[in-house]
Amino acid sequence: MADKPKVAFYWCASCGGCEEAVVDLNETILTVVGAVDIVLWPVAMDFKKHDIEAMPDQSIAVAFINGAVRMSEQEEWVHLLRRKAQMVVAFGSCAHLGGIPGLANLNTGAEVFDTCYRDVQSVENTAGTRPQLKFVIDDHTLALPEFFDSVKSLDQVIDVDYYLPGCAPPADLIWGAIQAILTGALPPKGAVLSPNKAACDVCPRKDSKPDKIEIAEIKRVATHIADPETCFLAQGFVCMGPATRSGCGSRCVEGNMPCRGCFGPMDEVYDQGAKFLSAFASILSPKDEAGIERLLDQIPDPAGTFYRFSLPTSLLHRRKSGVPV
Amino acid sequence: MATATFEPRIVAFFCNWCTYTASDLAGTARLAYEPNAPVIRVMCSGRVDPQFVLKAFEQGADGVLVGGCHPGDCHYQEGNYKALRRFRLLKRVLTQFGVDDERVRLEWISASEGDRVQHVVNEMTNQLRRLGPWQQARS
Repeated sequence: MADKPKVAFYWCASCGGCEEAVVDLNETILTVVGAVDIVLWPVAMDFKKHDIEAMPDQSIAVAFINGAVRMSEQEEWVHLLRRKAQMVVAFGSCAHLGGIPGLANLNTGAEVFDTCYRDVQSVENTAGTRPQLKFVIDDHTLALPEFFDSVKSLDQVIDVDYYLPGCAPPADLIWGAIQAILTGALPPKGAVLSPNKAACDVCPRKDSKPDKIEIAEIKRVATHIADPETCFLAQGFVCMGPATRSGCGSRCVEGNMPCRGCFGPMDEVYDQGAKFLSAFASILSPKDEAGIERLLDQIPDPAGTFYRFSLPTSLLHRRKSGVPV
Repeated sequence: MATATFEPRIVAFFCNWCTYTASDLAGTARLAYEPNAPVIRVMCSGRVDPQFVLKAFEQGADGVLVGGCHPGDCHYQEGNYKALRRFRLLKRVLTQFGVDDERVRLEWISASEGDRVQHVVNEMTNQLRRLGPWQQARS
């Protein structure tokens, strides 16, 4: 038992889907559990922070951390795990790029609180109560972690060795990464553990893509039913395939949903949203300003669409503070 | 808060065939204009990847100016139309990011319009002087 490499799983600002993804290994997980010693996994096992604090530094072989960093507690945890682990893997889109929680970077922390504790219709909060960092009641002091103004990807907080992309990472990539770690057959530090090719390159609908795409009307899955065989872009749907890394197994496309970009950009791209914007704008058909504007009106939330998973790691990171939405 | 001494840094991407030639013409015609917009020559305004614009802000620019050929005049037929579509879409995204409208500008300036380069650079520089510096969020 003592000789097996120690592995930690931790979650930050995430939905739990990455935990599901580990369980999706099915029977393979028994092989994993046989090969390693899991020392932390909040969703499944009862280990506490002090258990990890008591371990010698560098004694954990690898820490898989999913979720974005949104609160001070998560920041403390990832610093602790970085200290205790020889290797840190950013697991899933949120740790890799900021992910869906990162869309909150189009708002400030205070605006998020206003929405959650004041504006949503199911909230009645006439006293205007907001979460406080400290609250004293009957001589007891209660404390909550700080809710940051910005959501951060894992590598914006600690040094990250490898990235497992995806919302959530598919089982074959996870298993491949675990095998590579156990056997030491790893690429250079900083690598994303998925092929550096665009999703379009391996798309099952690749052959239906015409030589030249021209979009005269933008369609949305909420209002249009997509043909299940034809290239989404050729049909006028926003499909992030051209600016998204492959390795996902085209799961969304197989479910007749356009790519939303969860695997993030290829190695050569430093801003996924801008790169997709560039590709997409070039295949729109209008040439006059009025026609272009009319077409662009059909994309209600361009920043949220193009940066759905990567806003915190975009070049601008967030909406400028103090500018109204 | 903009101060009287603030000098904006503008990154200007000018297409080789029209706007860059126009800025050359402004030089030979000895048209003086503000030195705040160093020019990066690209072969076509359609070469201006939106990443370049964002990278400029990330690296400390206060504004980005893109200059290309008038519609119908593109040396590569379609490049400036692509630039226009990218620019219009990028503008919408930048608004969501809180980037002020005046900080990003696309202008069609033909090879003969040296005076237009002078006017646009002066105007944009003055607008950004009033607006103050772009404050880039740090990760």
